[in-house]
Amino acid sequence: MMQEWANSAIETAKRRGATYADARVMDIRHRDISTKNGEVGTLAESESLGIGIRVIASGAWGFSSTDRLTREGVDACAAEAVAIAKASALAKRENVALVPEKSYVDTWQNPFLKDPFRIPVERQIGLLLAADKEMRRVKGVTVAEGSMSFRRIEQLFVSSAGSSIHQIKMQSGAGIVATSFAGSEIQKRSYPSSFGGQHMLQGYELVESFDLVGNAGRIAEECVALHSAAQCPEGQGTIILGSSQLGLQIHESIGHPIELDRVLGMEANFAGMSFLTTEKLRKLKYGSDIVNVVADARLEHGPGLGTFAYDDEGVAAQCTPIITDGLFTGYLSSRETASSIGEKRSGGTVRCESWNRLPMIRMTNISINPGTWKYDDLIADTGDAILMDTNRSWSIDDKRYHFQFSTEIGWEIKGGKKGRMIKNPSYSGITTEFWNSCDAICSRDYWTLWGTPNCGKGQPQQVMGTGHGASPARFRNIKIGVAFAK
Amino acid sequence: MAIKSKSPIADLERIAERVLKLSDADETEVDIGSTTDALTRFANNTIHQNVAEHTLGISVRAVVDGRTARATTNKTDDESLRRAVEAAVSLARNEPENPGLLPMLRTQKYQKVARFFPATAAATPQDRARAVTRVCKMAEKRKQTAAGIFSSGVSQSLLANSKGLFAHYEQTHSEFSVTILEERSSGWAKSNSPDIRTLDPEVLAESASRKAAESREPREIPAGRYTTILPPSAVLDLVGFLFYDFAGTAVLDKRSCFTGRMGKKLLGDNITLWDDVYHPLQTGPPYDGEGLPRQKVLLVDKGVPKNLVYSRATAKKMKARPTGHGFSLPNEYGEAPMNLVFAGGDKSLDEMVRTTERGILVTRLWYIREVDPYEKILTGMTRDGTFLIENGRVAGGIRNLRFNESIIEMLSNVEMLGPAVRAAGEESFEMVVPAMKVRDFHFSEVTKF
Repeated sequence: MMQEWANSAIETAKRRGATYADARVMDIRHRDISTKNGEVGTLAESESLGIGIRVIASGAWGFSSTDRLTREGVDACAAEAVAIAKASALAKRENVALVPEKSYVDTWQNPFLKDPFRIPVERQIGLLLAADKEMRRVKGVTVAEGSMSFRRIEQLFVSSAGSSIHQIKMQSGAGIVATSFAGSEIQKRSYPSSFGGQHMLQGYELVESFDLVGNAGRIAEECVALHSAAQCPEGQGTIILGSSQLGLQIHESIGHPIELDRVLGMEANFAGMSFLTTEKLRKLKYGSDIVNVVADARLEHGPGLGTFAYDDEGVAAQCTPIITDGLFTGYLSSRETASSIGEKRSGGTVRCESWNRLPMIRMTNISINPGTWKYDDLIADTGDAILMDTNRSWSIDDKRYHFQFSTEIGWEIKGGKKGRMIKNPSYSGITTEFWNSCDAICSRDYWTLWGTPNCGKGQPQQVMGTGHGASPARFRNIKIGVAFAK
Repeated sequence: MAIKSKSPIADLERIAERVLKLSDADETEVDIGSTTDALTRFANNTIHQNVAEHTLGISVRAVVDGRTARATTNKTDDESLRRAVEAAVSLARNEPENPGLLPMLRTQKYQKVARFFPATAAATPQDRARAVTRVCKMAEKRKQTAAGIFSSGVSQSLLANSKGLFAHYEQTHSEFSVTILEERSSGWAKSNSPDIRTLDPEVLAESASRKAAESREPREIPAGRYTTILPPSAVLDLVGFLFYDFAGTAVLDKRSCFTGRMGKKLLGDNITLWDDVYHPLQTGPPYDGEGLPRQKVLLVDKGVPKNLVYSRATAKKMKARPTGHGFSLPNEYGEAPMNLVFAGGDKSLDEMVRTTERGILVTRLWYIREVDPYEKILTGMTRDGTFLIENGRVAGGIRNLRFNESIIEMLSNVEMLGPAVRAAGEESFEMVVPAMKVRDFHFSEVTKF
């Protein structure tokens, strides 16, 4: 049926005057489970099936979507998309132009071992409650929480240029959090990462690999210990970022500024613009010589939340060098934005949250290549520093220059040795100054492809999962502790 | 082409009846939402995105042997509805018993709210395109660049259960947001309303244009503590971070900034706020996720946190009365006030500026995140028109600043309040808030533009 609905949409759009049309039929299934203090919180499943139709007519874009999947419903939706495009043309300055892309007829599914929807929910709840119990064994923990979420996204992309691409993506994620209130302070520790844990394009085997129960007691103890830890000092100094924190640093200070729609002003009203104006391409020294960053949507990069075979405008997955030996070398682009800056091909980074949303440029897997350092050697080589791990808050300006991050936990490094625990760690800086201060990156052995499942962009806002591979890295002369400065 | 509501309430009612008939659970609840939305997006003085969507969600909650779970579908055929019911029942059967689960509500009485405006429902892509074209032409004439959105839509919802509860709600919504850019500056304005006739895109664009022009060539001033004038949209984006702190569950879990502080003087004498869904500038249904009528609740009285809001289950745990603020079950968060209304004052922004010797006038705040949940320190940036005030006058644009400010301190340092208005920001849902002149607002760093 998916093929029939999509074909019908394309035919109607063409008949109504569209010079280009594509349709995405998406069938999305979710399972969400959460627990808190020994009880089940959320326990829900959902499914959503519909079609989104994007057209160019009279030289302008139109988009409409519907879940009324009858011949009449789909045709009305396609006709509405064309009518909207014609209304858009009222304020048109020039015709929409797209760079060429081959047409593909293909089918793809990410590999996974265990279908999370076939795992009994009782077992999944049981795992979260077991971790919950371990956290609450630790005196001082006031809230113990756990969550799992699973997504199965089946989609068919059909275009008037002849593409017909069927993809199935299975996504899994889980995490636990211990929170402790004491005196006038709330502290928390998360595992494997904060804000929902770790998420990848994998099956339930990912969740089993975390050993949530085995790590629950450790994070609970760290959480309570934070109350009596030393406050993060204020000043300039060396920091080492754990790999999940570095993943978010990449997301905010590299991933967003390289989005070409932001650069070209299309997001100016909401998500903002970018300091990476087009004259900086292949000229700006973004980072130090050891900083190499790629945007890689291919499966060979790993099963990240930005992994696929084709993007949502039918462009094959690619690896784009973003920073090469410190030099800024590439943007995230679409067929339209690539055309705007004279590139020959889209970088293949366009995705939509669901069938009712317009595809737009989104990060794929934006990852920093591993360096050469062993972790212990890096610590021993460092002298004095603060090691910061697991994000607690993040903020960056609307051109992606100035950022401030804080993490859940830190440790003092003195004379090359990991010492006492530090609470409320934070650091801030200017994006290019920060990346140019990077002087050591740990090797592949410490590299993790982290998933950020909650990246918001667009109007209406779309939440998308992105991937960020990173290993711990060291940065010199960084401003530390400003978040809590009086 | 007008937005035509695809699923009038009668259609939703028929779906609800079918769901309830299909279920043999001990208790069944069905929550149906239908939306028709359209949004015209512009940038670089042209429309670059123009979208419409029609969506329907049928969410079924089943109770079996003291356990409850939810399943949702957007398909209305018998097979899909049956599958949703079976999924809810099956999920519920496979979880541990929930001793805190209360029986579903019986029929309730609701106060009427009128938030459906035919003019909004009738707005067409052509209407939006014409307004956007006028704004883009104005910007072009001034050698400026416009970007923004103009949206309109209709949403309907219905909540029913096997105990006889039946509630429904219908609302229109419209929003216009505009950023006007110059080479080294920008301005912004935004408004939303259930009644599209109250939006004036050209007036909003004029305001954004003026801010962009007046903040040309921004200069850098040092970070520090400044008297700061926050328009309602900026106040909204900051105080929005307080909303969950008023949840009974947040206090029970000891993760509210009001833990141990209820009934004690915490904020300034001039800070009073309620949750009031019935306020004429508010929107939303007059009932909560379980169908309990929402009550008006005094949250803070002259700087003293007085009351929290409670779902039925939280109220039972905390020996309080439920206030009609519960989220749909099952959930771990309990409840929250979703219709905050601040008491305002009578000072205009002009008067706030005139009485400021040296300070900062903000247009918009951005990327606000919580740094310390108990002292309620927030960080974020200014954006789209930040101005220095000297000797009672706006003395030109300044580079954007990062703030790290405790909202508790901020609401203790409010020197002047404007009239409370329905404000639209980016970080929070809409509220009724005043502009504020705040003493010693803490800006910690400066950015490059």
